[in-house]
Amino acid sequence: MVTQLTQNERFLGLIILIALGCLGLVMAAAGQHDPIGMHGWLVVVCSIVMIFVLANGYFAPEPSEARLEHYYDDPSKVGIVVAMLWAIFGMFIGDWVAWQLVYPDLTFDAAWSSFGRIRPAHTTGVIFGFGGNALIATSFHVLQRTTRARLPDQLSPWFVLLGYNLFCLIAISGYFMGITQSKEYAEPEWYADIWLVIVWVTYFLIYLRTLARRREPHIYVANWYYMAFILVVAILHIVNNLAMPIAWNQAKSYSAFSGVQDAMTQWWYGHNAVAFFLTAGFLGMMYYYMPKRAGRPIFSYRLSIISFWGITFMYMWAGSHHLHYTALPHWVQTLGMTFSVMLLVPSWASATNALLTLNGAWHKVRDDATLRFMMMAAIFYGLSTFEGSFMAIRAVNSLSHYTDWTVGHVHAGALGWVALITFGSIYAVVPWLWKQPRMYSPKLIEWHFWLAMAGTLIYVFAMWNSGVIQGLMWRTYNESGTLSYSFIDSLVAMHPYYFARAFGGLLFLLGAIIGFYNVLMTIRMAANVETGDEAVIGNPAAAGE
Amino acid sequence: MSIFGLHYKLERSAIGFTLAVIVAASIGGLVEIAPLFTIDETVEPAPDMRVYTPLELAGRNIYIREGCYACHSQMIRTLRDEVERYGPYSLAVESKYDHPMLWGSKRTGPDLARVGSKYSDQWHVAHLINPRDVVVESKMPPYGWLMRNKLELNDLGLHLKAMRKVGVPYSDAQIANAVKDAIGQASPDSDEATGVSERYGEATNVRAFDGLPGTVTEMDAVVAYLQILGRLTDAAHKTPMKAE
Ligand code: HEM
Ligand code: HEM
Repeated sequence: MVTQLTQNERFLGLIILIALGCLGLVMAAAGQHDPIGMHGWLVVVCSIVMIFVLANGYFAPEPSEARLEHYYDDPSKVGIVVAMLWAIFGMFIGDWVAWQLVYPDLTFDAAWSSFGRIRPAHTTGVIFGFGGNALIATSFHVLQRTTRARLPDQLSPWFVLLGYNLFCLIAISGYFMGITQSKEYAEPEWYADIWLVIVWVTYFLIYLRTLARRREPHIYVANWYYMAFILVVAILHIVNNLAMPIAWNQAKSYSAFSGVQDAMTQWWYGHNAVAFFLTAGFLGMMYYYMPKRAGRPIFSYRLSIISFWGITFMYMWAGSHHLHYTALPHWVQTLGMTFSVMLLVPSWASATNALLTLNGAWHKVRDDATLRFMMMAAIFYGLSTFEGSFMAIRAVNSLSHYTDWTVGHVHAGALGWVALITFGSIYAVVPWLWKQPRMYSPKLIEWHFWLAMAGTLIYVFAMWNSGVIQGLMWRTYNESGTLSYSFIDSLVAMHPYYFARAFGGLLFLLGAIIGFYNVLMTIRMAANVETGDEAVIGNPAAAGE
Repeated sequence: MSIFGLHYKLERSAIGFTLAVIVAASIGGLVEIAPLFTIDETVEPAPDMRVYTPLELAGRNIYIREGCYACHSQMIRTLRDEVERYGPYSLAVESKYDHPMLWGSKRTGPDLARVGSKYSDQWHVAHLINPRDVVVESKMPPYGWLMRNKLELNDLGLHLKAMRKVGVPYSDAQIANAVKDAIGQASPDSDEATGVSERYGEATNVRAFDGLPGTVTEMDAVVAYLQILGRLTDAAHKTPMKAE
């Protein structure tokens, strides 16, 4: 893979790695009495490993000019394998978290493995590790196909992919050591946040530079979503993470905002992490891989436009539905509720557009588990956005907030929508990338599909039940006008559901492991035949335009 | 030209498209967040509100480090059952010095906004060492190491300074005496103890929270923090209750 880099790029890569390694050394030395020092060492080790990888092909001859007539897919290939690794890691931790709620002593009296530390390791592992890598890998693939242009160079995609994974490693190893800002989905401390900004800007520049060289006059819908994902996540990330470190060689920082302003900023961030990370990016995936796989054009171009701008504009108002009945001023709560309900329109426009795209290809859905993954994802997308808009109504939220109902909603979206669309897209793209007629085993895809379906349904139904029961128990009064149940009564009532959820999660995890095996075996099939990169040709998915 | 015609043009320009996304996505946040900093009624006045002592702040940081907020909220909503279960609903001013806030989003355990003084120090210590010793059905993990770890004291001045930079009114004396005050608050009969109530008010708890007067452990800090929750100001008890 290094041989694909020009000699200049190899040199530049080496400089970057050496600089990064030195930075790591400084962190390690200056922060030796603080956990930031450990992260310094982590940076040093990662840089050295990459220097060795680079050294391996450093003196190979310059790659031929002919490469410029081909797409550059190496980063996408690595990104997909890494995404599957993160999926297994993140879901394993998720299931461990779930079992801890059944058997609380599964922490083994160690600090690093206690619930509060591994729970963010789960959320970061699945959202940023699995989801983020899948988004980066597929975005590079889709961007090139829909613009008929090769990525602008061979170095910056690697910088983005590897730099992003360094961020994930710092984040998660930090939680185990107790480094966290406590802001949900924005837990990493200030230095990791700064690093991510650098990576993210490079990411967007790749987009702009490729688009500038496109051979298609129009930017395809999938790219609108990927671009909105990158841009808005940057805005959210920078604002919500503004903080004052206690010293430049210490990990700890204090958020720039406090109390009610901090709460609103955090949930403006949090809800839109859902919107632009867990929704927009994956809609980008769906808008490319689903029509490709089904062999049908997107149902409606106009519906795409309406739903895209509806989502981009309205989601940003909805964050305050996380703060109903709190000390947040009432007018902000009302705005959040109103926009959340209106959001149903663009959300369902997208889901409808996806399902109607499949109209006429139902026989393929029946026979092809890959396409079925995508179809179920669109259905779960419709379901979880309906549920979300419903939960955003103040009266409903008074029951659902703080309960497992939220967790059920989260995983209807996360398992049913995010994970299913990702697995479907991966099963579609892996044979294309590695030039195989199909995945190693279609049968294993079937297995994965049914395990994922069973896991998701068990998980979500368990949490709906427990959440509603919990919410009702908390507000039930007896005849004498006092509360009927103690808090502990409600906790005891959760036990069977927590067990069911942990079991459902285990099925889902098993499916992911099978998927990883299938991907690896497909790559092995490809290793037996020499394959080059795919030539740049005019065949974008933009058939509907 | 129809709106779709316009769009047909827009999607041919990468820069135009980028700018349009930024504009469309910025409006919501600007309208909802910016006024929270300028409208006075957003945060109620509470003249008696005090800042966290260094020991309590250290405890708060351990609360964050251990991820307690993942299971415990600190925000009592304006709902009748919540007020009856946990106490007066939370006011914005009560988390005015919370950088970041810890309102939480999930109640696997009960709300803690008013847990201060609800239980004894001994109860908290036993509960944190092994929750199931005091609440048989509890799902909370054990935190035995809080008792074993000495509290990291040296940087407390830096912590207070950083808090001041983001707007918490710590005085120079409070910053200068941060380490002393932390030791003093956990060591009732020591020389260091005298300054604590001088700088943070007579009502400040000065006790050997973990039951061991000699050493300042992480347990001291966490329990000191838990015991002050809901007690930095009286404002919530004075506001007429109008829960729904
Ligand atoms: C094997 C599959 C999974 C299992 C067993 C699992 C389990 C869990 C558990 C036990 C929690 C903590 C709930 C609590 O505190 O009560 C949780 C939280 C969460 N998980 Fe998962 N999870 C899985 C997959 C995923 C995936 C694929 C995603 C995202 C793409 C995800 C996103 C989240 C999020 C965002 C939360 C935080 C929810 C909140 O704060 O309300 N999970 N998960
Ligand atoms: C129209 C779309 C949606 C709306 C209006 C919506 C609304 C909501 C509401 C009202 C809550 C509960 C807040 C609370 O009481 O604390 C929530 C939580 C959440 N939703 Fe959605 N939702 C939508 C779609 C989605 C989708 C597609 C996902 C994808 C994974 C998702 C992921 C989450 C997560 C992770 C949380 C938990 C946040 C936390 O407490 O940590 N939502 N959403």
